[in-house]
Amino acid sequence: MKSVRRWTSLLLMAPLLAVAACSSNSKAGDDQPVTLTYAIWDQAQAAAMKQIIKEFHAQHPKIDVQVQVTPWESYWTKLQTSITSGTGPDLFWMTMVYAKYYATGGGTAALDDQIKKSKLDMSAYVPAVTKAYTINGKVYGIPKDVNGFGLCYNKSLFDAAKVKRPDDSWTWNDVVSAAQKLTNKQKGVYGFVAPEADELSWYLTVPQAGGQVISPDGTTSGYDQEATIKGIQFWTDMITKYHVSPSLQQTTDTDPLAMLTSGKVAMRYCGSWEPEEIAAVPYGKANIDVAPLPAGPDGNRNYYSNGLANSMSAKTKHPDQAWEFLQFLGSDRAAEIQAKTGTVIPAYQGHADAYAKAISEFHLQVFVDQLKYAQPFPASTDTAAWRDAATKQFADAWTGKAPVAEVSKRVAETMNQALAKEKK
Amino acid sequence: MTSSGTATAPAEPVAEEMVRRRRPRPPTQDSGWWAALLLLPAAAGLAIFEIWPTFQTIYYSFTSWGAFGGHVWSGLENYRTLIADSDVFHAIVNTAIISAISMLAVPLSIVVAALMSLPGMRGVTIYRTLYFLPVVTLPAAVALTWKYLFNGDYGLINWLLSKVGVDGPHWLSDPATAIFAISIVGVWGSIGYNMVIFLSGIHGIPLDYYEAAELDGAGRVSQFFHITVPLLTPSIFFVTVITVINSLQAFDLVYLMVGQTSPAITRTETLVYLFYQRGFAEHDGGYAAAVGVLLLLATLILTAAQFRLQRRWVHYG
Repeated sequence: MKSVRRWTSLLLMAPLLAVAACSSNSKAGDDQPVTLTYAIWDQAQAAAMKQIIKEFHAQHPKIDVQVQVTPWESYWTKLQTSITSGTGPDLFWMTMVYAKYYATGGGTAALDDQIKKSKLDMSAYVPAVTKAYTINGKVYGIPKDVNGFGLCYNKSLFDAAKVKRPDDSWTWNDVVSAAQKLTNKQKGVYGFVAPEADELSWYLTVPQAGGQVISPDGTTSGYDQEATIKGIQFWTDMITKYHVSPSLQQTTDTDPLAMLTSGKVAMRYCGSWEPEEIAAVPYGKANIDVAPLPAGPDGNRNYYSNGLANSMSAKTKHPDQAWEFLQFLGSDRAAEIQAKTGTVIPAYQGHADAYAKAISEFHLQVFVDQLKYAQPFPASTDTAAWRDAATKQFADAWTGKAPVAEVSKRVAETMNQALAKEKK
Repeated sequence: MTSSGTATAPAEPVAEEMVRRRRPRPPTQDSGWWAALLLLPAAAGLAIFEIWPTFQTIYYSFTSWGAFGGHVWSGLENYRTLIADSDVFHAIVNTAIISAISMLAVPLSIVVAALMSLPGMRGVTIYRTLYFLPVVTLPAAVALTWKYLFNGDYGLINWLLSKVGVDGPHWLSDPATAIFAISIVGVWGSIGYNMVIFLSGIHGIPLDYYEAAELDGAGRVSQFFHITVPLLTPSIFFVTVITVINSLQAFDLVYLMVGQTSPAITRTETLVYLFYQRGFAEHDGGYAAAVGVLLLLATLILTAAQFRLQRRWVHYG
């Protein structure tokens, strides 16, 4: 019996010994090889990221970078949980939505010391993006890209219905009247699609109407303002008043982008990261083009623009190597690689032309041209606490169950409560 | 028949063999040590991953959370918010509806299991595999497939309905139908697991009963209701308890098939979905823990009630 016990305890010890052996081997000095993990959410950009990593690795053979692609839907929950538990990635994509939350909560590292030491020129990036990641005077992310928006439309459907193609003279009224002519219920074709997706719907029209989602100081909701309500009404009217857009049920069941690339809708507001996806569908590549984002009733062209940054985890074990890679991600060369694939407009200025020429079938220049109207993306410290709730509540307006003004005021109340909680 | 010769002759070697086999492992205190050792991994797993987190959750439900794990004691604040939160009320109602519909899986799987046990039934292995397939398929794959089937404009279900002149709804995005659509998938997915338990229950019923019933002139249907169902009640009880607990934890189908932006979300949001939403999407860990405690209480009460009621209808032996 005793021998059995001895053997069992030895067996139980074996994995411990193995672990101990491993850890003593991998004790890394400064010049030891290091593997960094880099978390992103867009599969479409994975190829560009991998090429950047390949070139970086050629210059820094001792630093390996591993990309982790997690879909947007679960990216943030995974990131927060893994950082909290200390198993998070060393570097990751950051959006303006979460920038303050991660910076003030201790998720991302302030980069000012490194920026100073490396003499990184922050004026090379689009100022609006740099500004969004500068929190309480410190920089928490190196700008990666910036979003432009446009009106994607189906050339063939426009020509078949003998409707003049959209140009930079268009305002909301032109969209409505064209949509009415293009809608053909017999053929199952709608002139326009009005999804309920803030960034791709009312975040584009609220600033044009002179409204605001959040006050510039980030403390109160703007959803109870008349102008804001007007900007939202543009979308619901398309469904409930003019009947030129599929219903919210339909856009929930079927992705609006798929409706566009299959010829079921003639117009859709789209973002500068989407043409690559549209071009991937042969019908889309042959029939879709991009026009400038139509102006508001008074000619206002402002819109809310998000832009990503690359951030470093506050808990990374390899801050020096992570900074080396971060610097490369923010470099001229990395911007060039991203622009040439046509996936994003780099935040590093001077590469917008390469993006504009990336997909010759589409007039991508329109996305670049309107960057000057970009307004900072609506965000507070804990944006997620009210942004999801707003989307949930606006469903009543989109389905016509309640007037926009009523829902919007209700959203303002919820949002103000959430913002008040932040101050505590 | 001479009893003495035949009865004693083989008994001796058997007894001797038993003694010989036992000798290396006598029932001393050592066997308890062995049992403990062998149970240790399972017990440790249960303690670390189930029991300890339960107490942690109860503790966290009295705290208020900041970003990345920091939290402070906040007393009953989360529970006060919980009582006033209309989303919690909706979540309870939705969870109750899903649980009620999920009970359909119990009679359905009994019938499936009974049909498969019919003497002379062909292709049982194929059916058993087909019915069991959803149990071993990833929930995400199941949800995506059904999402396409349920699509209001291009889905297979509505296409079939249109063939008989019915204009089908947008199953998953219409607040009136979404919860039923999800529940149907839940019922469909659980039949396989239940069926396996019922099958083994049915195989435990002695065939003599059926033979006797047949001699008395009872038909298949009568046999099913008077022999199979009563003798299956222990399995039915087990499956019912498991079904209720599982349905209270409904999350994946809501998350994957309905989603945050659907107009049907308020009518399909379950307690676990609310837990996820508050805890992970809105970063309110303490409040999420309070929702978790509420779910724990609901599970305890419903399970206790079932154990009390079983005395009235479950026949053992």
